[in-house]
Amino acid sequence: MPSVLESLNRALHRAFADCPAVILLGEDLLDPYGGAFKVSKGLSSAYPQRVFTTPISEAGICGVGAGMALRGLRPVVEIMFGDFLALAADQLINHIAKFRWMYNDQVSVPLVIRTPMGGRRGYGPTHSQTLEKHFLGVPGLRLLAPSAVGNPGELLYRAILETEEPILFIENKLLYLLPVLDGLTLQDFHLSEFSAQPTDQPGANGNPATPAYQLSVRGAPKPSLTIAAYGYMAELARQAVHTLAYQHEIFAELVILTQLAPFQGEAVFASTQRSGRLLVVEEGSLSFGWGAEVVARAAQALGTGLRQVRRVAAQDLPVPASAPLEARVLPAVEDIVQQAKLMV
Amino acid sequence: MSDHLSLYRKLYTIRRFEETVLENFPKGVFSGTTHTYLGQEADAVGVLSHLKPEDVVFSNHRCHGHFLAYGGDPQALFAELMGRAGGVCGGRGGSQHLHWRNFYSSGVLGGVAPIAVGVALAEKFKESGAITIVFAGDGTLGEGVLYEALNMASLWSAPVLFVLENNRIAQTTPVNLAVAGEIAARFEAFAIPTRELDSSDVLEIHSVAGAALQAVRAEGAPQALILHTCRFGPHSKGDDTRNPQEIDRMKQTRDPLKVHSSRLNPAERAGLDREIDELIATAFQAALEEPFPDA
Repeated sequence: MPSVLESLNRALHRAFADCPAVILLGEDLLDPYGGAFKVSKGLSSAYPQRVFTTPISEAGICGVGAGMALRGLRPVVEIMFGDFLALAADQLINHIAKFRWMYNDQVSVPLVIRTPMGGRRGYGPTHSQTLEKHFLGVPGLRLLAPSAVGNPGELLYRAILETEEPILFIENKLLYLLPVLDGLTLQDFHLSEFSAQPTDQPGANGNPATPAYQLSVRGAPKPSLTIAAYGYMAELARQAVHTLAYQHEIFAELVILTQLAPFQGEAVFASTQRSGRLLVVEEGSLSFGWGAEVVARAAQALGTGLRQVRRVAAQDLPVPASAPLEARVLPAVEDIVQQAKLMV
Repeated sequence: MSDHLSLYRKLYTIRRFEETVLENFPKGVFSGTTHTYLGQEADAVGVLSHLKPEDVVFSNHRCHGHFLAYGGDPQALFAELMGRAGGVCGGRGGSQHLHWRNFYSSGVLGGVAPIAVGVALAEKFKESGAITIVFAGDGTLGEGVLYEALNMASLWSAPVLFVLENNRIAQTTPVNLAVAGEIAARFEAFAIPTRELDSSDVLEIHSVAGAALQAVRAEGAPQALILHTCRFGPHSKGDDTRNPQEIDRMKQTRDPLKVHSSRLNPAERAGLDREIDELIATAFQAALEEPFPDA
């Protein structure tokens, strides 16, 4: 199987080949470097007229991308580290996300902003964060996050070519080197895809449904716990599900979301309906995060069907550089196992 | 069309529109806020008279004059300010957030500058021949993203004209308290050829803007135009902290309508005034009778 990095890189090449309106903007994109994490490798050689290696101007390049999208191109902006999205917050919140609605649906902004997030590489407080929670409540902004399960490249390809809305595409750095996992490679697990139809969501008209995935240990009885996660935490949660089953005889169902905003919780609700317990797992800091929203939505949807909830997340601290300190601040497999055991 | 009479028609249309806004704001017919273009009319008219249909315009919070000079409908603009369904954006945007044809405005200073550069690059990529004009005021010189936009426009030869209207005051802060150094030097630092004019004469502005736009079209690269001007009205509605005598002096010496009307036949001008007074009054009344949008 290809790695997540290869899957994303191939998707970019495929999008460039299939549509002459695709443009790429970002820092240090030129080959042989091909971007800091190499997701954009090869594009500047194959399409020199359509790849802009840019000055270090995150707000500016998001704005340039937005202008291109307004006028019929399909730009992709690479932000080198997700931490730097804060520099582009005005473009994202006040311009890119608003244009379509504010201009009375007379325009669209089919712009994809991709960026790596996350820690565990010792990069320290300004290069290790998981900041997407700050962009989750922005009306008009769709937020996607691939995990190793499913088809990360297809998610990106469809974001670039089949979606008319602006999209923030969050790639956890530790996903890049993982192999893409499908039903065949996940031998110990049963994998099913849950395709939500986002037709009931404002601004989603005509845009493709994004998949959610449901994983359980093969042959497991009815789950007593649902774990909801996305991105790299979905991988840690998968390992936790395995440990829980084989070492503690606790059978959990893992629901992996690829669309975080607008909220698509049907797969979480369906599983939690069966298990009655919901554990939400994220790499972002705990307070006011994604997990809190999932729990609130599930409580509203399921009422007394939701008997118990817990959250696993990073501590409310900056991400430290020192490896042992970083490991203490960020959530690990053991934290998920431990919290799950407290629930069942 | 840029003969004396048609330029005057545009100047006076903006003047009457903005006067009508300020006169009626206290009556509660408009919602939210507004930023009028009184005193600066010659900038928009002088620059935008050169526009071709495919060209794109980006404007800021003080956008009514740009919108009307672009050819926007006064009734649709009144309706937008009143939050009515027939407004330019169905009442969603209000005074500062307009989009019609190739005209866009937004209310956060500097934010549209890189977007305008992106639009200019997209049109160049598509070989449409369209150029882009982006208006900003002296207040926007404090926003960092403007300089990111200037840098990229120059690096990538974006066919864009930056029009910097220096009305010498940002809300209540005079330019000398907010802008260090020379305005022109900011553009020249990015190797963007810059023209500068201190005038309220629409013909002078028209002429210099024409040369700047011609250069953008011919070279497929950015140009800048600095227009020193005067804001006669408050920043918004009732927030003018300037000495009234100073404003009176500006109105005596720097009124674009006075400057230009001396070129017209008085009888013809009076007839045109009556026609536009009537047109604006009718547009205002018609907008007032429009329904509010469905929630």
